Amino acid sequence: MLIAFKLKLALKLTLACVAGLTGPLAVAPLFNGAAAPDQIPGHPPALVELQPGTVSYRVAGDFTRSNRQIEAPLTSVRFTRPLSIMKHQVSAADYQRCVDAAGCRALSPGVKPVADRPAVQISWHDADAYAAWLSRTTGEQYRLPTDEEWAYAAGSHYKDDSLPVDDNDPSKRWLARYERESNRESGTDIEPQPSGHFGVNENGLYDMSGNVWEWTSTCFVRSKLDENGRTISKNSNCGVRVAEGQHRTYITDFIRDARAGGCAAGVPPDNLGFRLVREHRSWVSELASGLSKALSIARS
Amino acid sequence: MLTRRAAMFSAAAAVLMLATPALSQDLKLPRQKVELVAPPFVHAHEQATRQGPKIMEFTLRIEEKKVVIDDKGTTFHAMTFNGSMPGPLMVVHEGDYVELTLVNPDTNSMAHNIDFHSATGALGGGELTMVNPGEQVVLRWKATRTGAFVYHCAPGGPMIPWHVVSGMNGAVMVLPRDGLNDGKGKALKYDKVYYIGEQDMYVPRDEKGNFKSYESAGESYNDTVEVMRKLTPTHVVFNGKAGALTGKNALTANVGENVLIVHSQANRDSRPHLIGGHGDYVWETGKFSNAPETGLETWFIRGGSAGAAMYKFLQPGIYAYVTHNLIEAVELGATAHFKVEGKWNDDLMTQVKAPAEIPAPKTN
Repeated sequence: MLIAFKLKLALKLTLACVAGLTGPLAVAPLFNGAAAPDQIPGHPPALVELQPGTVSYRVAGDFTRSNRQIEAPLTSVRFTRPLSIMKHQVSAADYQRCVDAAGCRALSPGVKPVADRPAVQISWHDADAYAAWLSRTTGEQYRLPTDEEWAYAAGSHYKDDSLPVDDNDPSKRWLARYERESNRESGTDIEPQPSGHFGVNENGLYDMSGNVWEWTSTCFVRSKLDENGRTISKNSNCGVRVAEGQHRTYITDFIRDARAGGCAAGVPPDNLGFRLVREHRSWVSELASGLSKALSIARS
Repeated sequence: MLTRRAAMFSAAAAVLMLATPALSQDLKLPRQKVELVAPPFVHAHEQATRQGPKIMEFTLRIEEKKVVIDDKGTTFHAMTFNGSMPGPLMVVHEGDYVELTLVNPDTNSMAHNIDFHSATGALGGGELTMVNPGEQVVLRWKATRTGAFVYHCAPGGPMIPWHVVSGMNGAVMVLPRDGLNDGKGKALKYDKVYYIGEQDMYVPRDEKGNFKSYESAGESYNDTVEVMRKLTPTHVVFNGKAGALTGKNALTANVGENVLIVHSQANRDSRPHLIGGHGDYVWETGKFSNAPETGLETWFIRGGSAGAAMYKFLQPGIYAYVTHNLIEAVELGATAHFKVEGKWNDDLMTQVKAPAEIPAPKTN
């Protein structure tokens, strides 16, 4: 895990917001548009529609009780509406279209985009800009998934990153995390691979937990719980977002290449990329997007 | 390619003509053959010894090969002693003789030799060891000075820096016969020793800024020298590759263990630092006839030298061992990790209060 060093925003949320953390806004489906038959990522993107259901979810972020770090709670997140999510990660060709249309920032010098491979060396802001551009050009509402949505879509590829907390020895947790990250599967090849290289999961999503980690919209949150496990307060730092893949990681939002070294004694994601969720249009989602815009204005 | 190879041969031949053959004389000393191991590990050895001086026999096989030096797949034409960057650490005692067989198999394309900073005369042995592909040579030198010393290839002129920054460097450690001491008469013993060879690399880029890949070392030469002359490395790594000593290959130790870290840099200055730890006893210049400095935070390894630092780990956890030019550590690759197991010591450090919101100022 990289050290979350950007503490630009410390937004104190009230308990009333907690409900929002455990599930996406429930929205009514207008389209029953299942995934397009082709398996090549394209424009418009192929989507998979997940039916309502639940996922066992280890809440992201850090948790304390009585001034002590504790393990994040395991919750059950219920999705009451279908979830439409891209079948493939956004490809380098897709991202390039956005760059060409002046909707996205060009990739860093030295990054060679390969058309049929996922776009990598993408910051959270790049992914967010792409979602905005795609929404503008298609008239649909695209956004990054929340971490809960990602976990739901990932299915068996979602890994509970629980690690025991030993009050008397913090090093046990660090060592366990280091060990886990060191032993992950992808091996040494970090080159992005052609779409489908890392297989398809039971939900029909390709390349989940391959060598490209995916940005989510979930901020780094530190929650203070009382003795009964109820949230007393939360500090949210949206300068750091959750990226998901073989392991969950927290990355500063403007980072395109999550390399390690120095004090960040962990194993970083091989690559940073993304896939998007498409909102089902309804008055609720319109309202939700309006609200989130207002929120983001309030934050900045 | 052939002409380039021929040119390199003739350069080697010119040097060989200057070299005077050393008269080999029989030494009535016991011999010990040492099997070298690849860094960061070090072959088994005694620290203090009761045995008399010996002839220590080592073999280094030169291997030119294409390797990958970072996780982006950047390729590099390495020239190596025994296939590793750096070459293996050779440990002997003061008064021993090092008898080295240097083998240059005919699968290589260039002439090579070896200059031991620990040896006396003939450009550190460089003049007596030049071997063309398909040849081998045996050199013997007496270990008269204690300490950690660099060895490297030095085949003449512009070949010297190129071969060194292409990987042909390593270290020798000459221990006092009674082992290490703190300079005040107290013997120092290590439970574990690691050898870290730091290497600056200069990989040419194409017009788009991407690292270039070449068919052969010879073809990379002109572009590489151009990058070298700017003195700005593209990579600064430990043990031949960014990430060579992290993750699954992280170094290990236990709380309470004394670990000796030998650090060499054959070409460029470095400043090792153990994040979260210290140097209990540091021979910054690497020479054991000088008393070690104690309790250091960061130490300095002069380009062209090897130093040694001993530290007893006191806390479990992950430590980063870096060169504390952190740009080189993080951006260019010079980071190693130690995984240390044992019992946490609350007295040395404790998190009194976990991160939480800043309390509102008291108004009264």
